[in-house]
Amino acid sequence: MSGFIDLHGVSHRYGGIQAGPEGVLAVEDLTISVGRGEFAAVVGPSGCGKSTLMKLVTGLQFPYAGSVTVGGEKVSQPVKIAGMAFQAPTLLPWRTTLENLLLPLEIVQPHRSELRRKKSEYVARAEKLLASVGLGGFGAKYPWQLSGGMQQRTSLCRALIHEPQLLMLDEPFGALDAFTREELWCVIRDLHAARKITIVLVTHDLREAVFLADRVFVMSSRPGRILVERKIDIPRPRDLEVTFTKEFQDIVHDLRGHIVQARQ
Amino acid sequence: MTRANMLIRLAPWLFTIGLFVIWEGAVRIFQIPEFFLPPPTAVAKAFYEYWPAIYRNSLITLEATLVGFALAVGFGLALGLVIGWSRTIYAGIYPLMIGFNAIPKVAVVPILVLWFGIGFVPAVLTAFLISFFPIVVNVATGLATIEPELEDVLKALGASKLDIMRKVGIPRSLPYFFGSLKIAITLAFVGTVISESIASNYGIGNLMLQAQAQFQVPLIFAGLVALAVEGIVMYWLMAILETRMTGWAQRSGFAQN
Repeated sequence: MSGFIDLHGVSHRYGGIQAGPEGVLAVEDLTISVGRGEFAAVVGPSGCGKSTLMKLVTGLQFPYAGSVTVGGEKVSQPVKIAGMAFQAPTLLPWRTTLENLLLPLEIVQPHRSELRRKKSEYVARAEKLLASVGLGGFGAKYPWQLSGGMQQRTSLCRALIHEPQLLMLDEPFGALDAFTREELWCVIRDLHAARKITIVLVTHDLREAVFLADRVFVMSSRPGRILVERKIDIPRPRDLEVTFTKEFQDIVHDLRGHIVQARQ
Repeated sequence: MTRANMLIRLAPWLFTIGLFVIWEGAVRIFQIPEFFLPPPTAVAKAFYEYWPAIYRNSLITLEATLVGFALAVGFGLALGLVIGWSRTIYAGIYPLMIGFNAIPKVAVVPILVLWFGIGFVPAVLTAFLISFFPIVVNVATGLATIEPELEDVLKALGASKLDIMRKVGIPRSLPYFFGSLKIAITLAFVGTVISESIASNYGIGNLMLQAQAQFQVPLIFAGLVALAVEGIVMYWLMAILETRMTGWAQRSGFAQN
C-alpha cells in the first residue's frame, strides 16, 4: 500500500550518515505507511528513536538505509509541507503572539513574497486561527504573558498557519497539567476533523494516542522497531467521555502490555 | 512613592556620601598624611583649583574612549556574527582571540606608538582592543544558544541559514550584545587611560602621571574621581539603551526589590 508517508526498511544512526557504521542505531528496519488525512500516533519507551522518526519524515535528516517518501516524493531535503510542534513551545519572546504566528509565512513560499501585499489578509487568518483554539483577542500579548497551555496552543497555531498538509507533533502536551492536556486533545481532534490534514503524533501517553489516533504504532526500545500496529476503531467524533469506557481502557491496557515488553 | 521605593532611589547617593564620610573620617582620625592618602576635601579642593585642566583632559579621554568603543561595537558585532555563523570559523578564531585577549594591553601600547606615534591614535586603539572581546563573545553566545527545536521548525519550513539568522539569531543575541556594552564601555576607559599614561601629552591618564611626578597626590585622586564619574555616566547610558532596546528580555521581578 502506498500512503502519504511511506517509510520502507529505514535504519538510522545517531549523528546522521556521517557517523558511519560505528554510530549507535537509533531506528532499525522501520516500515510505516500513513495515509493522507490519517491521524497516526507513535508510542514507545523513552529513547526509542521517536524523535529520529520525526526528523526523517520532515527531511531534517536522511536515513542510513531504506527510503522515506512523503507526498509521493522521496525525501531529499526539508519537506516544506510540514508544520511542527514540540514539547517546548519555542515561541520568540520578542514577538507578540500574533507576530509569532506570522513567522512561518515570512519563510514559506508563496506567502513570503506576498506577505507585504497581503498583510491584512494574513493577520485576519492568524486571528481566526487563534480564535479557533480559544485564544481570540490574545494576539497582542507576548508569549511570556500567556500560561503554559496558551503558549502551547500558540505553538500549534504556528505549526498550522501556512496550512501544511502534514502536522508533526513531538510530545506536544508533555509539559502540561492533566486538565490542560485533555483540553488540547480536543483542540487537536477538532483541527484534524476540520482540516483533514495528516497528523503524526509522537507521545509516551497511551491514552492520548488512543483517544486521538486512527492508528497507533508501538516502537521497541533502541534501536527502535515497530512492534505492533493497531487500528483504533472508536467512531469519530470522539468525546472525552470515551476515555472512560471499557472498550477504550482495554485498548490502552493491551498497548501498555506491549510497551512493558518493549522495555525489557 | 512608598518608603521602600524612596529608599532605593536615594540608596546610590547615601552609599556614595557614606563612603566619602568614612574616608574623610579615617584620614583625620588616623592622621594619614596628605601625600599618602588625601581626604575627600583635599581632592575636592584640587578639583576646584585645577578644574580647567581636568575638564579639558576629561573631554580628550572621553573622546578617545568613545571612538575606540564605537570601533569595538562595529567590529565586535561583525566578528560575533561571523563566529556564530560558522563552527569552522568559530573553532579557528576562538583560540586566537583568547590568546589575544590574554595579552596585557600595556604591552601592546609601545607597538602602537611605533606604528602611529603618541597621542590620540594609540589611545583609541587600546580602548578598542581591550573592549571588543566581551562584545564578540556575547554576540556569539546569543547565536550559539538558539533552541534546536526552533531551528528544526524553521528548517522544516525551508528556511535558509540566513533566514534563521535574521529571524531568530540576531534578535536573540541582542540582549547579550547590549549587556556586553556595559562591560565594554568601562573597559574602554581602562584602555584609553593606559595608553595616555604611557604615550600621550593629553588626557586624564597623562594628567595623573604629571601630578604624580610633581607629587600632587590630591590631583591624582581628582583624576581618578573624574574617570569614575565618566565611567558611571557612560555605563548608565548603556544600561538605559539596554532596557530600551531589549525590554522583552528583562521581565524578571527577581532583582527589582
